[in-house]
Amino acid sequence: MDFAAILRIAMRALARNKLRSILTSLGIIIGVGAVIAMVGVGQGARQQIQDQISAMGSNILFVGSGSVNRGGTRTGWGNTKTLVQADLQAILRECPAVKAAAPGSNTSAQVVFQNNNWSTRVTGTTPEYFDIRVWPVQQGTIFKEADVESTENVAVIGETVRKNLFGDANPIGQTIRMSVRTSGTSTSSSTSTSSPGSTTQTTTPSTAQPFRVVGVLASKGYSAGGMGGDQDDYIFIPITTLQKKITGDTWLQFIQVSAVSREASFAAQEQIEALLRERHRIRPGQDDDFMVRNLADFAELQDQQAKVLTYLLGFVASISLIVGGIGIMNIMLVSVTERTREIGIRMAIGATEADVQRQFLIEAIVLSGIGGAVGIVLGIITSYVITNVFGWAVLIPPEAIVIAVGFSVAVGVFFGYYPARKAARLDPIEALRYE
Amino acid sequence: MVTIPQQNAVGAGSQSGAPIIRVRDVHKYYDLGETRVHALRGVALEIRRGEFLAIMGASGSGKSTFMNIVGCLDRPTSGEYILDETDVAGLSKEQLAAIRNRKIGFVFQGFNLLSRTTALENVELPTLYARIPKEDREKRAVEALELVGLGDRIHHYPSQLSGGQQQRVAIARALVNQPAILLADEPTGNLDSRTSVEIMGIFQKLNADGLTIMMVTHEHDIAEFAKRNIFFRDGKIRRDELVANSPSAAEVLKTMPIVDED
Repeated sequence: MDFAAILRIAMRALARNKLRSILTSLGIIIGVGAVIAMVGVGQGARQQIQDQISAMGSNILFVGSGSVNRGGTRTGWGNTKTLVQADLQAILRECPAVKAAAPGSNTSAQVVFQNNNWSTRVTGTTPEYFDIRVWPVQQGTIFKEADVESTENVAVIGETVRKNLFGDANPIGQTIRMSVRTSGTSTSSSTSTSSPGSTTQTTTPSTAQPFRVVGVLASKGYSAGGMGGDQDDYIFIPITTLQKKITGDTWLQFIQVSAVSREASFAAQEQIEALLRERHRIRPGQDDDFMVRNLADFAELQDQQAKVLTYLLGFVASISLIVGGIGIMNIMLVSVTERTREIGIRMAIGATEADVQRQFLIEAIVLSGIGGAVGIVLGIITSYVITNVFGWAVLIPPEAIVIAVGFSVAVGVFFGYYPARKAARLDPIEALRYE
Repeated sequence: MVTIPQQNAVGAGSQSGAPIIRVRDVHKYYDLGETRVHALRGVALEIRRGEFLAIMGASGSGKSTFMNIVGCLDRPTSGEYILDETDVAGLSKEQLAAIRNRKIGFVFQGFNLLSRTTALENVELPTLYARIPKEDREKRAVEALELVGLGDRIHHYPSQLSGGQQQRVAIARALVNQPAILLADEPTGNLDSRTSVEIMGIFQKLNADGLTIMMVTHEHDIAEFAKRNIFFRDGKIRRDELVANSPSAAEVLKTMPIVDED
């Protein structure tokens, strides 16, 4: 029997019970739609993470002052004060896999420009930091090495800060006032007394200081999860200015390092770890008081997490596809019973078991196939809605569509097989007698 | 009406042609739990090309079982059945389906047309299973419908046709693949007497054109229209006789009052 004829027969049989066919397909429509939308969301998140990581550069290492382990309780990173400028010099000097390194310390601050004020993070660093992170300015310049040496009050601001403080005004050359939040423990008054020789320069932490804006950084957007949220909501000032005029600390919270190449980043990690253990006099078996994160590792981890998320979403969504398949099976079983007599007639006039089986199988596949096609459209629409309403990136890979169609047809075959087999196995004499 | 454009028209009218059906010592048991039902107890029969025979018998006499076996819907427990020089007893289910499709035309008491399917599509159905090319299918179906006088109703649905017309669609469907034999199971059981005679008229005409017909009926006046009557009782053939003077259905029809179809 030619395929067109089989298809016509199947379509007619399904058209006979329109509402029933639509409701049965709905299970598959929802299933496929959900799979596509969920995989789209998951893949979108993955793509976004990958973009951000490659924007950051894949040869980057992050050396953080470490956590402290006291009786099994571990604090977060940044709680030891052992990482210092001398470590940075040593890394540059003694680790051949390291290309560049920049120090860094963070604090929170309230910044004011005219009538606008904004609460943000302030990072003290050196000009190398922007090279390492491959982060150009969109306006003005980065502060200079000379600014660092002479503890100038200059600032490079992120896009979010610019928007909130300046709006449409040109920020370059403007003066903003910055006051550090007093809640920070690291800026307590005891710190200033413990840094002799710098007391004259250290102003009271809560006093606002003027900073001249020299540059605005290009927007980097939100970072991949766990890396500090909006990367544009930062102000960068010379590390010396931060340490001497704001926090009064001399230790570093982190050192941003770039390896000579992506492959060298693992070697760089080992070299830095060995060096710092030696410099910090950490005995074998003792925990590090610092931690080195390799962005290549980190990228992999992030990607892995996103992948797991995608699979999880897809898996949950595909459960509804299976439920839809069961719906098809249910209806096909009802249909076979209802049409027992028709099956008998067809067999009496020469339909083989294979013919009958094919007919019902095609019906099930048409049901699930149409459901799949509509589901794809629905899934794509849902994805756009998610993108527009929630602002998440959604990426529907073409293979997801192919897989969804294949899967819905497979559902049709799988759940249509048993009813079709049942139809084909009917005894024509019994079937003809069926009322 | 038109003549039958089919191969067995070659043996038209020849009662002495090769046997189209040869049944020897056919038994059929059904095992229903503990009890064994003996439906056929050694049936032997030869049907030659161009014959028109009626099978009579009470219900439970085995005539329906015999019909199912001849129609290749069922297989004998033992015995030999040769249809058109093919030994049917040893065939697979697929081969039996092909035999039903090409060599046998079925007409049932309840018409058994597919509802919501036009007369033409109903008649086309066997050609579909015979894998006949699309172009020929419709042509043959239209010819078969014209043969039974329904050339003007090919796009009607069964629900739009009278009982007699539905049965004629069923006959057209049985003929479309040019079978070796037409099997009719109580073809007039659901019809009024005038329509019954009309159907017999069609059978007689088809038979005159060379078609072999075997019909199961329990009505004596219907069996009269056949040329040969066979009586079943208790799973055996008890009587096998030629009908001396079959009435012509066309003539009988002229004497009958016209009643409304509904």
